[in-house]
Amino acid sequence: MSSSLEDRLLEATVKLIEAAAVWLPSDVEEALRRAYEVEDNPVTRSFLKAMIDNVEIARAKRLPICQDTGVVMFYVRVGDRFPYIGLLPSILRRATVEATRRIPLRPNTIDVFTGRNPGDNTGRYMPWIEWELVEGVDYAEVTVLLKGGGSEVVARARNLTPAEGLKGVMKYVIEAVYEAGPQPCPPVIVSVGIGANVAIAMKLAAKGLIRPVGARHEDPEVAKFEETLLQAINSIGYGAHGMGGRVTALDVHVDYAPRHPATLSVAVAMNCWAARRATMRIYADGGIEYTTHPHLNKEVV
Amino acid sequence: MAEYKLRTPLSEDVIRELNVGDVVYLTGVVVTMRDTGHKRAVELLSKGERLPVDMRGLALYHAGPVVRRVGDRWEVVVIGPTTSTRMEVYEYDIIEKTGVRMVIGKGGMGPRTAEACKRFGAVYTVYPGGAAALQAEQVRRVLDVHWLDLGVPDAMWVLEVENLGPLTVVIDSKGRNLYEEMYRMARRRIDEEIYPALGIR
Repeated sequence: MSSSLEDRLLEATVKLIEAAAVWLPSDVEEALRRAYEVEDNPVTRSFLKAMIDNVEIARAKRLPICQDTGVVMFYVRVGDRFPYIGLLPSILRRATVEATRRIPLRPNTIDVFTGRNPGDNTGRYMPWIEWELVEGVDYAEVTVLLKGGGSEVVARARNLTPAEGLKGVMKYVIEAVYEAGPQPCPPVIVSVGIGANVAIAMKLAAKGLIRPVGARHEDPEVAKFEETLLQAINSIGYGAHGMGGRVTALDVHVDYAPRHPATLSVAVAMNCWAARRATMRIYADGGIEYTTHPHLNKEVV
Repeated sequence: MAEYKLRTPLSEDVIRELNVGDVVYLTGVVVTMRDTGHKRAVELLSKGERLPVDMRGLALYHAGPVVRRVGDRWEVVVIGPTTSTRMEVYEYDIIEKTGVRMVIGKGGMGPRTAEACKRFGAVYTVYPGGAAALQAEQVRRVLDVHWLDLGVPDAMWVLEVENLGPLTVVIDSKGRNLYEEMYRMARRRIDEEIYPALGIR
């Protein structure tokens, strides 16, 4: 029996959120395992071991990797010829409610003015949805990021003077990692946005957190900048949870837009090591394909 | 670095032996409190009132679990530490007035907590943040819950744990703070090695 398209998309989205919560993407897990190989401080290694064991237990028992299941952020790349765009907003919202109940997720959305927690991870503008229109395709690509609170308190943005230049950007990023210390649960993913104002810079920085670990920027100049920053950050010496070591960041992602003649805005966002994201494609015929968690494709009818 | 298996109630003598960098596995009773729990506890204690749980010799845990109701019991689905620095403003009073011997969290704490650890005989330890499914296996059962009106994450959960760890001692009772030492080391590396190599002044 095939249920209605809407029910199927809802179910597929709940599954997507569950995948993000319980199953760390392979690029992140592999990076953690490499960190374990590289470190020699026994306390740091015992912490990395606990984290890797945790990833395995969460996956086997379908339990959330971290008790802070974060706020639910969707990044949707939608084709201009995708036929079901009108269904998506309500499906993403309903899937958030259903996933909160079923997995379960911790209810984390607290109304700023009333203090009320609705208990289902929704609220004004929540779940957060970022739309990007893609020309010439008929599918939609939905990525969910469960963004924890601990790695959010260290995010920052500022307008540098153009004279400070890219060296100034580097310094700003390194100082952000220095001051964050062990708070954002290192090894972290550091994402940097540069642009004409802090709104653009932070939007690019936030989006960089869904780029896979190890994926370099397509512009070789920017890719080199990423590698330089990664090496500098990993020379700071914090290691996993500040226990001391060589891997403070799993990766550094940088993206940029042009600056204004008078500005050089920079933003830094970070993700904890438990970088919980999952991506699926919804095709024009209603078919679903999970790209970060391909094992799920066998379970989909 | 030494490794210890400890059991609650924790005695002052045992706690005063611990050094920063030591690893502890804890069995016994831990009590959770986060931001609003700390606030309420300090308010009650300052009025001379008692907390719902006598915390002498126990461990205080900065954590908000994901829980599930099974019949008339609560079950911990997953649990892990939250960032401790937010509790820094309350912790001196909590350590002084409750007699708690171990504070568990992540991310580090400041000089007031370190002062309380030294004066009253307590330690601050960290658990690897994010390892919540592993830790759920170390929680044997929920003994009690108080202050549910603060919401599930902020309520006071009383948990029986078995070999909870690895917990690393970050603040000991002798005046050392591992993270402060680490920040100083990082500052030196940045200023003396990283910035010169990158041509940053």
